[in-house]
Amino acid sequence: MSIAKISVPSQARRGELVEIRIAIQHPMETGFRMDNMGKVIPKNTVSNLLCRYNGADVFRAEMGSGIAANPYLQFYIVAQDSGDVAFSWVDDRGEKGSASSKITVVV
Amino acid sequence: MAADARRPDPLKSGIEFSGAEVRALQQDDFSSPAMLWVTRGEKLWSEPAGKSEKSCASCHQDARASMKGVSAKYPKVDPGTAKLTNIEGRINQCRTQHQQAAPLRYDSDELLGLTAYVGLQSRGMPVNVAIDTQNRSNFERGRDMFYTRMGQMNLACTHCHDRNFGRKLLNDTISQGHGNPYPVYRLEWQTMGSLHRRLRACFFGVRAELPPAGSPDLLDLELFLAWRSQGLTVETPGVRK
Repeated sequence: MSIAKISVPSQARRGELVEIRIAIQHPMETGFRMDNMGKVIPKNTVSNLLCRYNGADVFRAEMGSGIAANPYLQFYIVAQDSGDVAFSWVDDRGEKGSASSKITVVV
Repeated sequence: MAADARRPDPLKSGIEFSGAEVRALQQDDFSSPAMLWVTRGEKLWSEPAGKSEKSCASCHQDARASMKGVSAKYPKVDPGTAKLTNIEGRINQCRTQHQQAAPLRYDSDELLGLTAYVGLQSRGMPVNVAIDTQNRSNFERGRDMFYTRMGQMNLACTHCHDRNFGRKLLNDTISQGHGNPYPVYRLEWQTMGSLHRRLRACFFGVRAELPPAGSPDLLDLELFLAWRSQGLTVETPGVRK
């Protein structure tokens, strides 16, 4: 089960800069650590994260070993039309996650 | 071994010994990584499990109403088994008896999630355990453990958490050792952890033998700590360094 929280304002004025936040629960295993038996724990990070606003790519992140567990990202988009802000991501094990929220643009 | 049980004066939650960044993380429900476990617990609450096909919500309905103030009263003696039980134990008891499911592993994401979700419903409420005839022997055992020197370091809990709170131990400030924010997201662990995991870390620190998580030893200590932190409010889910 992929757990994430996103924060998207439900309403915005056209042309307004809105803050988008996402937090994903993920161990972000670096690939440099070993378990109790000395075996390397394979790298497992959220390697690809994509945010789409009304179907258009607005934000993309490729996260590697340098990002701490449970990554938290924050960025801004310009509100243009009402629609979905949809996130999708995949980790090194191929586990997929997604989350989306609606934004209503008022003139 | 009959030490006088006393509370630190002035009573201070561990968050008051934390830095500004950690405090900010705990205060903001969105940026607090601990809330991710709450989200998980909230999902699990209404997910059927085991042979009974029942979820927590099937019996307890809305946790926001039914679990209000519940974890502030734990650990307490279970009337059925007459044994001291904490929230983790109570959840697993529900799973095995009522849901007919396998118990969740201590410190698994699932059990931490449910514990944090239940605990959140008591956030801001005073820690409230009553010491009575049923749990007095547990309380006394926990109290004695708190004041007894142990391990190669030959230290008792009281030496750090009563006599030296507010002072530095390496780069960290020693707290009074209260259990009110647990389970917490600990930055050092990069994940959520139970009070028992934190207690085991202290046992490790004084180089004593580690009691297993969920063991009677740690439960008794948990009860004593709950009594000792009376006057503080529940902070679940907390964030600590």
